[in-house]
This record gives sequence, C-alpha cells and structure tokens, in this order.
Amino acid sequence: MAPVATPFFFYFLSGLALVSGILVITRKNPVHSALALILTLLALAGIYLMLYAPFVAGVQIILYAGGIMVLFLFVIMLVDVGRAEKERQFNKQWLVAIAATLGLGILFVKVFTASKTLAELLKRPLAQLPETSNTQQVGFSLYGQYMLAFEIASLLLLVAIVGAVVMAKKRI
Amino acid sequence: MLDYITSYLKSDATPGAAGNMLWAFIYIMLIFLGLSIAVIAMNWLERKILAHMQVRLGPMRVGPHGLLQPIADAIKLLIKEDIMPAEADKAVFWMAPLIVVTAAFTTFIVVPFGPQHAVTDMNIGILFMLGVSSLGVLGIVMAGWASNSHYPLIGALRSSAQMVSYEVAMGLAVVSAVLMTSLHGAGIYATGGSNGMGTLSMIEIVKAQQEQQTWFAFKFFPLGLMAMFVFAVAMVAETNRAPFDLPEAESELTAGFHTEYSGFRWSLFFLAEYSAMIAVSSILVTLWLGGWLRPFPNLLNGPTWDLVFSLFPGLMFLALAGLTFYSTARMPKMRYFRVQTLGLAGFGALLGLIGLILFIPPVRDRIQDIYWFVAKVAVFMYLYIWYRGTFPRYRFDQLMKVGWKVLLPMGLGVLIVTAIVGVL
Amino acid sequence: MGTIGVLTRRNVVIVLMSIELILNAVNLNLVAFSRMWGLQGQVFAIFVITDAAAEAAVGLGILIAFFRNKETVNMDEVDLLKW
Repeated sequence: MAPVATPFFFYFLSGLALVSGILVITRKNPVHSALALILTLLALAGIYLMLYAPFVAGVQIILYAGGIMVLFLFVIMLVDVGRAEKERQFNKQWLVAIAATLGLGILFVKVFTASKTLAELLKRPLAQLPETSNTQQVGFSLYGQYMLAFEIASLLLLVAIVGAVVMAKKRI
Repeated sequence: MLDYITSYLKSDATPGAAGNMLWAFIYIMLIFLGLSIAVIAMNWLERKILAHMQVRLGPMRVGPHGLLQPIADAIKLLIKEDIMPAEADKAVFWMAPLIVVTAAFTTFIVVPFGPQHAVTDMNIGILFMLGVSSLGVLGIVMAGWASNSHYPLIGALRSSAQMVSYEVAMGLAVVSAVLMTSLHGAGIYATGGSNGMGTLSMIEIVKAQQEQQTWFAFKFFPLGLMAMFVFAVAMVAETNRAPFDLPEAESELTAGFHTEYSGFRWSLFFLAEYSAMIAVSSILVTLWLGGWLRPFPNLLNGPTWDLVFSLFPGLMFLALAGLTFYSTARMPKMRYFRVQTLGLAGFGALLGLIGLILFIPPVRDRIQDIYWFVAKVAVFMYLYIWYRGTFPRYRFDQLMKVGWKVLLPMGLGVLIVTAIVGVL
Repeated sequence: MGTIGVLTRRNVVIVLMSIELILNAVNLNLVAFSRMWGLQGQVFAIFVITDAAAEAAVGLGILIAFFRNKETVNMDEVDLLKW
C-alpha cells in the first residue's frame, strides 16, 4: 500500500498515544483511565499497521482492546469506585518515583545510543517486509520455528484460566 | 484531476488497494447511504413481518400499509427531549453511543460487495471485522456504567458477558471457514482449485470459494454446515437479538443498558444494533455462502446461464411491483383511503421502474455481484426476524451455558475434524 | 509513563493498567525493530500480548479476592505482612 501522508499519521498516532498514556496515569476516575488506555492501545495498533505488521495490529485490537479492557472495565465496576475517588490519588513517594523513572529512562537512552552493534545494524537497509503475506509468514514461524513457545504459551493461558477461576471463587 | 477520478475506473482493484482516496470516500458515502436505507427498511419489515407471524396487521395507518412508519419513528426520536441522568458521568455518557456506532459502521470497510466493490481489501479482513465488533462491547459497558443506575449497569454487564462469550464461538467457526480456503479433501470430499495458502482477506475467501467450485457451507459435508450453524447461532447472540435478548428485554430489565438514553442517542444504539446485524450476516454470507457469487457459478456456467441468472434482479423487482399493484387493487374503495391508494400505486410504479432499469444490459452486468450479496444478506435478516417471532427467550444462565458448553465444544470439534479431513 | 503509574498511584486497578502500558511499550519496541531484523519481533510481540492477557486475568482475580476481604482498593493498605 503506497504510504499516504505517512509522517502526518505517525506524528498524530504517536502524539495520541503519548497524551492518552499521560491521561491513564493521572485521572482520578478509573473508568476514565481505562478509556484512555483503550485509546492508547488503538493508537499503537495504528502504528503497528504503519510498521507493516497488520497481524499484530489485528491481534492487539481483538485481544487487548476488545478483551482485556472489557475485563478491566468489568472489575472496575464490581469494585466500588465512589469511595476511592474521595481519597488521595497519589502516593507519598511520587517525587522519588518520578526521579527514579527519569533515571531509568536516561539509562535506557544511553545504553541505546552507545551500543556498537546497534550502530552497525542501523546502517543495514530496512527489511523488505511484504504486507500481503504477513499473516502467512507469521503463521509459518509460529507453527514451525517457534512451535515450542506456542505450546508453552497455551499452557500458560490454561494455568492462568485455572488460577483466575480459583482465585475468584467464593469457596474452594 | 479528471484523470485521478477516471484512472480508478480502469483499474481492477478496490479503492483502498489502488490508493485512490476520492473513490474510497465515494464508496464510504454509498455504504452509509445503503446502510441507512437498510436500517429503515429493516424497521418497517420487522414490524410488518412480526405482525403477520402473529396474525395481526402491523402498522397500517401512517403510510399505505405503514410504509412511512419508519420515517415517523425517526422524526419522533429526533424531537424527543435529551435527558441525561443527574449523577451520570457526562463524558462517558456522551461517548458511549458514539463508540458503539463507530464500531458497527467501521466493520463495513472490508465487506466485499463484489470483486472490486469493497472500500478496501485488507490483508487481515476477517480479523479486522471480528476485532472491531468486539470494540462495540466496550461502548455497551460504558453506556451501562455511565447511566449511574443499577438496571442499566446489570443489563450492560450481562450484555457484554454474553457478547464476549459468543465471540469465542464465532472466532472458532470463522477459523474453520478460513481453514477451508486452503484445504482440499480426498475422495468424495475432493474439491477443485489450486492448493495454495489460506488467507484472511474477505475478497480472497470468496475467490477461493469460486475456485474450489463449492460454497463453504457445503464443503466437507456436514462440517461446513455445522460451522455455519455455530456461527449463525453465535451471531444472533452476539448482536443481542432474540432469542438471546435478555439484556434488553423489556419485561425483564426495563430495556437494559439503554434505559437512560432517549431521543437521538437511543436511535444511535438502535442504528448500531441493526448495522451490527447486517455486518455479521455479511460475514456469514462471505465465509460460507459464497459472497457475491450467483448460485452455481461453475456448474452452470456459460453465457446463456449467465444471462438467465442476470435477469433475476429485474424480475424480482417486477414481482414486488406486481404485489404492490395487487394490494393497491385490494384497498378499500372509500374516499378516505384515496391518498393511501395513490401512494401505494406510486410505490408500485417506483418498484416497477427500478425493475425495468435493471434490465438494461450495462446496468445488469454491474449490478450482479451486489445484488446476489444483498439478496443473501436479506435472507438472513428475514431469519433474524423469524427467530424473534418464534423462539422464547433464553434465561441468562441458560444463555451462558449454551455459549460455553455447547457452541464452544462444537466449534472446536468442527475445527479439528475439518483440519483432519482436509489434510487427508 | 507506565513506570511512573506503577510507582505512584494508589488505586490498584490503575496500577494494573500501568503495567499494561509498560507491556505495550515493550511491544512497540519489538514491532518497530522487527521491521529491520525480520519477523521474529512480531512473533514475540504476539506472545507478549498473550502473556499480558493471562497476567491481567490473574492480577484482576487477585484483586477481586483481596477486595472481598478488605473492601478497599488502596495500595497503601495492602500491608498484611506488617502487623
């Protein structure tokens, strides 16, 4: 697909993701935070589409935005929100937290730019990922090379289901 | 400029693939228009058909045989007062109908009305449609929560639990259909066509049915039928329609999650519900019933059969016009009914005119794909109304039991057996 | 931003959502770099999404079980080890 106005979409989507991310952590009402998270997820799905990864974008919309966020909204509604709104929202240690995060971020950036292999690899031409058969190729990898990881992931999901059911039961 | 407009007409692909924004926009407008007309027609058809199934007449006063009833309903909804509950969360309350409507309408981007008549043909067409309809669930949950009263909240939670559960069954049925795009059985199950890779793109799925010369509903008999059955039941539950409409049943929960919505906002929910019905029906038609292909595209091929089948649209409209004229003749002959009789005759004349236009050869050729697709979707709309008139409502726990304990194992079984039969 | 959310907010649900934000950031990195280095990034991103789903489910289960006992969603009051 010929990229149409790609820089515009990139800035728009990433700006949207950033703004909704900030909204997620600053809103008092958990429902508003959840909605902002949904917006972030959709913006990220758009960015994945631009990065020639339509399958991951589709999976993100179905699973993350459609499934996990519904789960979150359910739980938010079952948990009493009214009381929580009147209490203080932020920790006593917020200044330390922000300082620590900034430190972590600076660490990441320094590691990123100082790595030699990264600088070499950045000079390589971009991989030609054809968009039309992306799903088929991902499928081939999943069922061929990464079969073991696939099976382990399904086992993990089974364990998570059993665990969640056990934990939410009233009497075991 | 003119070149930009006409260059698309020569190409063979959908506007999205050709990168032509103007034609994509025109297609989107056409889909909006078509959907609005379809929803209006559905409203009238539903009331009339339900009424006739219950041996009564339905709306007869507003226009001839109630034909103007949907317009009256629309006007009523538009001029109703817009009430917002006092303690409601204003932002979420306002956004919920928008999300539901947006999700319902966005699914139509990939619906293929013909080989090049979709807005765009995404590589992950089916995945996109399933995903965007699951975004609609979010809107319903928000609607229930924002109303800040317990009836809508319970209705919304029940409704979204139901939709999420049946999405799983839908997904499994869809996967077995997608599997069939790449499989050819052996022996009595053998079908023709190239043995290529499967695909998630809607247009490619229909083309695979064309190559394999069999609609997927009849492939690997009875597996295709079982998969279609699973999807048909799951789609009725997904759109919260009878017999699975406990969350919005009027006798149980005072209209569920849209209790507190009035006027225009309610009509948005209503619009979204009918559009979602049409969207999932078109998924079913594309995946199992061969999309835009006319019946027996390969078995009875050749110019004469093409001609015979291409006369169908025109003949159907002429038959409808004939029915309208017949009921015009049966109208009471009193003076009071003169306007209605004239209106009905005018409607009949309009239908006849459309039928005659559809006989003109260039129009006839272009309208084929769209006609067969819309006809098949219309059959399923009729089935929806039929279910509503016939079946009693499921209780909520029975509903969840059917979803998880019956449809899910059935879907899994069909998937596994399809895979085995296909690889043999 | 996810880290700030995890470290600062007191409402448990919001903390869980910030964890999801962190996971999404990781995903974005994976997919972006898979553009250069082949498809493995996307495959791993799918695994991360699956994993996030499982962990969100279990986390919310824990949250519900905890909320049943203590009737609060404050992180500061999750101090059962501190009698």
